Amino acid sequence: MIKKYQNIINKSSPFLALAILILIWAFICEFEIVPSYMLPSPQSVAQAFITDLPTLIEHAKVTLSEAMLGLGIGIVLGFITASLMNRFSFLYNAVYPLLVISQTIPTIAIAPILVLWMGFDMAPKIALVVLTTFFPITVGLLDGYKSADKDGILLLKSMGAKNFEIFKYIYFPSALNHFFAGIKISASYSVVGAVIAEWLGGFEGLGVYMTRVRKAYQFDKMFAVIILIIIISLLLMFIVTLIRKAVMPWERKEVRNK
Amino acid sequence: MEQVIQMNTSTDKLLYAKEVSMGFDGKTIIEKININLKENEIVSLLGQSGIGKTTLFNVLSGLYIPDNGKVFLKGEDITGKPGHISYMLQKDLLLPYMTVLDNTVLPLVIKGENKKKARERAGSLFEKFGLEGCEKKYPSQLSGGMRQRAALLRTYLSSQGIALLDEPFSALDALTKSAMQKWYLNIMQEIKLSTIFITHDIDEAILLSDRIYIMGGKPGKIIAEIVISTAKPRPQDFNLSEEFLKYKKQIVEKIEGK
Repeated sequence: MIKKYQNIINKSSPFLALAILILIWAFICEFEIVPSYMLPSPQSVAQAFITDLPTLIEHAKVTLSEAMLGLGIGIVLGFITASLMNRFSFLYNAVYPLLVISQTIPTIAIAPILVLWMGFDMAPKIALVVLTTFFPITVGLLDGYKSADKDGILLLKSMGAKNFEIFKYIYFPSALNHFFAGIKISASYSVVGAVIAEWLGGFEGLGVYMTRVRKAYQFDKMFAVIILIIIISLLLMFIVTLIRKAVMPWERKEVRNK
Repeated sequence: MEQVIQMNTSTDKLLYAKEVSMGFDGKTIIEKININLKENEIVSLLGQSGIGKTTLFNVLSGLYIPDNGKVFLKGEDITGKPGHISYMLQKDLLLPYMTVLDNTVLPLVIKGENKKKARERAGSLFEKFGLEGCEKKYPSQLSGGMRQRAALLRTYLSSQGIALLDEPFSALDALTKSAMQKWYLNIMQEIKLSTIFITHDIDEAILLSDRIYIMGGKPGKIIAEIVISTAKPRPQDFNLSEEFLKYKKQIVEKIEGK
């Protein structure tokens, strides 16, 4: 019985923490510790969120399609790069340092260049999302491939398996866990990446809308956009978790057994 | 002409390793090994760890190309050609992300057999191997003994009558091990699988084998061959009999170099 309560407390604790945070926020605004033009109250943000929702959804559609396209391309590119690097060690040695260097380039610095090169349409935004999502997926997969059981590879070889079969039956399944961890991080990066790219130019999207309301000093609307971005990111991560569970049924059974 | 005569006299030898030597980095591990396996025979390879038993197995299975010597299967040269002899490595190496049934048919699928037919064939043997009802389970849900039996079923299914087992029972606890050995002897009577297995357990070697090769020295050589002539099925308390002890004494003396 005590254990059951403990469980409920454990599960509800993050929501409790969030609720307390919002209460403090409301308290600060209510007693005007911070002036309301600088920090809108949670009520007014909620108000803005609800009244703005149709516009927000229109903009979110654009941002989300940029993020999804970018993430999709990032996954495919990451998969190809990591698999080739795993297969050919000279490629690994040559490309790995470049990968790391590419990650030290600040997104915000490269975004305006991309806009200059590719114009104000979706292309530079997708490119930026690809750049930010590509790395965690590639590195995740590489780590996963490295974790493959050497004896398992030997066993497959003794069965007369070819390189592709060793990849299919040993390398890829061993890397799935890392692969999904990479996708999960990338999914949240993808939305933020798209929004940042939109700040710098464009006609539609949550980033564009955000710049617009910021210039009008409508902070309540800006907070509403931020909250929507958070919700979208969380949803995407949740969807990745669902897909992971569907693709890797053995993980579930293992947990159930222990 | 002489060659032909020799080929004819060795037709009862299913598998035959001739003067096999192998080393790594200039250091010889095994030297001039001559061993053979006849139809329906269980032969064990007995010796200390590090003597080169697994290296020899890797040569027999075609994973390594020996520095010297050749391996023949039914008179055909299979040196350095994997896929002819099924090989069960020290660990059970069931792939955790596949069901037990899919694990057992994997070598058949790699050989290009129809998956459905392979599953049917494997499924019909599950009961015999004490695995009924485990087809759709994942390896993590099985006990140590069951995993070993599943690995053995996989080895058997892909074998064309010959299997190499590398310390198949060494990872099991004493009671499970004893039960597995009894089960193994029984099933061997039924399925007619010619086997060479590695062990460093003298009792196990006497209990299961028709013949024992003892390896010793540095680099590893075959220092003795002992025939266990006690008829199979062996009597219930064979491992407590005087005959058994006589064999054991003989083996210990050979190992200690008396």
